[in-house]
Amino acid sequence: MSRAALWLCLVAVLAGAVVLAGLNLAVPEGASLHVSTYVVSLAGKYLCFAILALALDLVWGFAGILSLGHAAFFALGGYAMGMYLMREIGPRGVYGNAILPDFMVFLNWKELPWYWHGFDNPGFALLMAIAVPGVLALVFGWLAFRSRVSGVYLSIITQALTYALLLAFFRNDMGFGGNNGLTDFKDIVGFDLHADATRDGLLLLTAVMLALMLVVARFVVTSRFGKVLIAVRDSESRTRFLGYRPERYKLFVFVLSAVMCGIGGALYVPQIGIINPSEFSPANSIEAVIWVAVGGRGTLVGAILGAVLVNFGKTIFTGALPELWLFALGALFILVTLLLPNGVLGLFGKRGRKP
Amino acid sequence: MTMLCRLLLLLVLSVAALPARAQTEDAFAGLASDDFDGIGQAVTALALSGDKQAAPTIRALQAEALFAGAEGALLIKAESGYLDARTGAPVADVDEDSLNLVKVNNKVRRAVEAGLGSLDLFATTPEVRRKAAGAVFTSRDPAILPALARALAQEKDAGVATVMREAQAASLLESTDATEADKLAAVATLRLRGDLEAQSLLASLHDQPAAVTAAAATAISAIARLQQLWSIVQSVIYGLSLGSVLLLAAAGLAITFGVMGVINMAHGEMVMLGAYTTFVVQEVIRAYAPGWFGASLFIAVPLAFLVSGAVGILIERGLIRFLYGRPLETLLATWGLSLVLQQAVRSVFGANNRDVGTPAWMSGATQWGGVTVTYNRLTIVVFAFLVLAALMATLRYTALGLRMRAVTQNRRMAAAMGIRTPWIDALTFGLGSGIAGMAGVALSQIDNVSPNLGQGYIIDSFMVVVFGGVGNLWGTLVSAMTLGIVNKFLEPVAGAVLGKIVVLVLLILFIQRKPRGMFPLKGRAVEA
Amino acid sequence: MRRPHADTLLYLNGVSVSFDGFKALNALSLVVEKGEMRAVIGPNGAGKTTMMDVITGKTRPDEGDVVFGEDVDLTKLDEPAIAALGIGRKFQKPTVFEPHSVWDNLLLALAGDRRPRFTLWARETGEERDKIEEILTTIRLADLRHTRSGDLSHGQKQWLEIGMLLAQEPQLLLVDEPVAGMTDAETAQTADLLREINRTRSVVVVEHDMDFVRALGVKVTVLHEGSVLSEGNLDHVSADPKVIEVYLGR
Repeated sequence: MSRAALWLCLVAVLAGAVVLAGLNLAVPEGASLHVSTYVVSLAGKYLCFAILALALDLVWGFAGILSLGHAAFFALGGYAMGMYLMREIGPRGVYGNAILPDFMVFLNWKELPWYWHGFDNPGFALLMAIAVPGVLALVFGWLAFRSRVSGVYLSIITQALTYALLLAFFRNDMGFGGNNGLTDFKDIVGFDLHADATRDGLLLLTAVMLALMLVVARFVVTSRFGKVLIAVRDSESRTRFLGYRPERYKLFVFVLSAVMCGIGGALYVPQIGIINPSEFSPANSIEAVIWVAVGGRGTLVGAILGAVLVNFGKTIFTGALPELWLFALGALFILVTLLLPNGVLGLFGKRGRKP
Repeated sequence: MTMLCRLLLLLVLSVAALPARAQTEDAFAGLASDDFDGIGQAVTALALSGDKQAAPTIRALQAEALFAGAEGALLIKAESGYLDARTGAPVADVDEDSLNLVKVNNKVRRAVEAGLGSLDLFATTPEVRRKAAGAVFTSRDPAILPALARALAQEKDAGVATVMREAQAASLLESTDATEADKLAAVATLRLRGDLEAQSLLASLHDQPAAVTAAAATAISAIARLQQLWSIVQSVIYGLSLGSVLLLAAAGLAITFGVMGVINMAHGEMVMLGAYTTFVVQEVIRAYAPGWFGASLFIAVPLAFLVSGAVGILIERGLIRFLYGRPLETLLATWGLSLVLQQAVRSVFGANNRDVGTPAWMSGATQWGGVTVTYNRLTIVVFAFLVLAALMATLRYTALGLRMRAVTQNRRMAAAMGIRTPWIDALTFGLGSGIAGMAGVALSQIDNVSPNLGQGYIIDSFMVVVFGGVGNLWGTLVSAMTLGIVNKFLEPVAGAVLGKIVVLVLLILFIQRKPRGMFPLKGRAVEA
Repeated sequence: MRRPHADTLLYLNGVSVSFDGFKALNALSLVVEKGEMRAVIGPNGAGKTTMMDVITGKTRPDEGDVVFGEDVDLTKLDEPAIAALGIGRKFQKPTVFEPHSVWDNLLLALAGDRRPRFTLWARETGEERDKIEEILTTIRLADLRHTRSGDLSHGQKQWLEIGMLLAQEPQLLLVDEPVAGMTDAETAQTADLLREINRTRSVVVVEHDMDFVRALGVKVTVLHEGSVLSEGNLDHVSADPKVIEVYLGR
């Protein structure tokens, strides 16, 4: 990834968000330049997915860990934020219970489960959005990398992980709203979630976080650590004979990636207005992989580009020709792996360009 | 036989009670009485009488079609008109206003059931006699004991005789004038029966001699132990059933992933295609040859093998061969393919579940001791083992199998010996896919046939193959059965969903401890 | 534990390894002195690579002792720990980190802190640069320092890998078939390189090429079916009837 591409991407993300938010707020509705709130939310969603893609590229592109369960970390971050937003509703719910979210009242629960305590505080919720995916990645990664599970085996057990979480979150007695998930949010730290200004603010916040993460990711992969990581990706056993412990490198980057996903998920939920167990479905994680592949694996910028491109395509397709979307997505998987191994960015750069 | 029975019965009755006819008449008269106790006793007496009109009369009472007329007349309302209950002869010119319905309450109803039960004890078909004895077991009326004793004396069918003896024991324990020795024997009989009914019957005993109470208590705990044993056996059988479903779903994957090392995420869709093949076969049969419906699955199995196998060969030639040695890319491309296949099937057949019928020979269930086994589950278990055996035989004894093994063990050497390795790759992949198709035929019998059918099996299938040890069919078998049984034992403890989660987490932990499965292939070749 | 004498660097005693019943090593015993260069030869399947695997911690022996230096039990350590002790290994097939430049390959190999928390913040020091320059000269790749190592020729990759071994500053180098696929000129240069390395460190070379072994002029160990068949200088083992029967005389 060249320095120019990095800057271009940073500017595009930040300026794009500023322009969209500005046109939404400053230009009156009905004017030709007005950007609807729907488009702002859509852009916010794309950028959250771009965070997921960036995080995935960090582990897949640079450490060779093809995680098919990364959406799980994203969803966990989302649930942490969703829990805060539920508590924030307070007595304004359908049942008017100041402490218990509606679904708990509906299930006849008498008190808040212990793991819901503290989520009335947005700071705590944000901490959990980072800590829960991080700790899960730490435990899972420690077990997996220590026993040298790699390649497709690792992919399959990451898929099983998100599948297990999917089943678990579907259960009503888990206390996360079961099938329906968490929704009907009212406001976030005092700002009305349905107000345009709040939406614009969230879009800008997402863009800033994405830019920040891109810089962090770029720092990691260009450091000596990143060089070791690439060495691990291409020939893990060789790095071991050089005295490196690949499992530690993978674990670090895996946890970092999970934390990034958690933040992405936490930004996603207030903009979409709902989080439910389907976010854990294995298909979501695999779809994120194709964003990275489309943009160009191991380039960071490509992941962001791919996430935005594919999701834009999805919005267009599912609006115009919904029954063709799965054909298109399936074909994208096949064509990119067969014909575009370096993604869209590979079309422009030299083959095997150094990240 | 019936005539003989009746004659014999008459004989016995006339010896036991000389004025038999008079007694029967008393019973008929009793039916016309207005107090329920009298009616109940009359029903019991009538049932024991052996009179040929006893059965239709009691049935009429049950159906609320028995009427008492003037001067003690008893009439049965039939479709054609009224019949005399005593003779069965039609009666003309009935004054309907003078008729009173013989009323029934719960007590009478019990007497009716018991009475019919005792009548059926002498029926011609063993199934009816067995049912009647079963009814007596439930109603436990000591009054029926004499009839039961007679029925038992002439019973030829050993199975029915057992049920009768149990019914006898159950009724005997209710009787006040049975000896202690008889009651102890009865408790022993019930203990031998050993099911929940026997247990609750023994538990409900009261006012019994001390020795009988004690014997009943031991019998209850013995039955409880037996029941526990049966429930374990039942769980094992459910586990084997689930295991064979897993085995079927994973057997094809054991070839494509286990032997060839190809990650085929569209494997589930090969299963799905097999299920839809079954659907199409049944539709064609329904339209053109309804009589052949029973054979539909036998036609579907080879067809599903061919359909999925052919699609598999196409996939290998058109996609996978360009991606050998790049497992992660194979994974992504075949995932994309699975989306395309799902959507294609959805476009052709619609998104809803399609109705795949179960042939008559696969419907129903059988009882083995304390466990119930449905025939479709049983068929799937047998089918799964047949498929695995056929697969192993193919790999071991056929020329194709020999070439397949040669290519997977040493591709270059095999090529040097003149084996067309690309062709063998395609055929091997086709074989694995075809087996998945056959699995689809079986799964169409127990799962919803929808475009998403395959997705539900893909993670489980990979888990089975990896858990068993890649490249090892025996490992796949052991692994599928282990996972099935563990799942079914966890279900009662943890619930179905939580049980599945626990199994998944255990598997994840296991794979991290032993990344190469339970039965890994060792040696340097694995490293390459 | 019994020891020949205090100058022993590597000591293998009665080492056995089996894979599914096949004995790859069968009670193998071998002693390498400090500063020694040893050539190990033997037919395919004699256990040469497995021996390297055992020494570097890739394979655990079923039985036997593997001791490094005074009293370090190598059977209890894993690959990174053994590498950190000062045992370097060069593989039969050259394995360099292809996306990285020659320079970065050497940088990653340089002795130093291997922990992520160090490498994440590490900056190249002048000392490191000097060392890399020095090695670049030794392995004759100074002009190609910025070349992507995947673009090097086969022989250059072999040298780069030897350079990476040097950068590790090991006490013992295990070199697996260093001249396979090399031209005669490259082979001669490689022999010089190994002799030069041997001035400061012990070297074990596994090789098929008899001319190369002769050119090295060192003590030779002949392996056969997982154990030592013969040991001595090349002329001695060449004359050994057992060796002639299984290896040379075919």
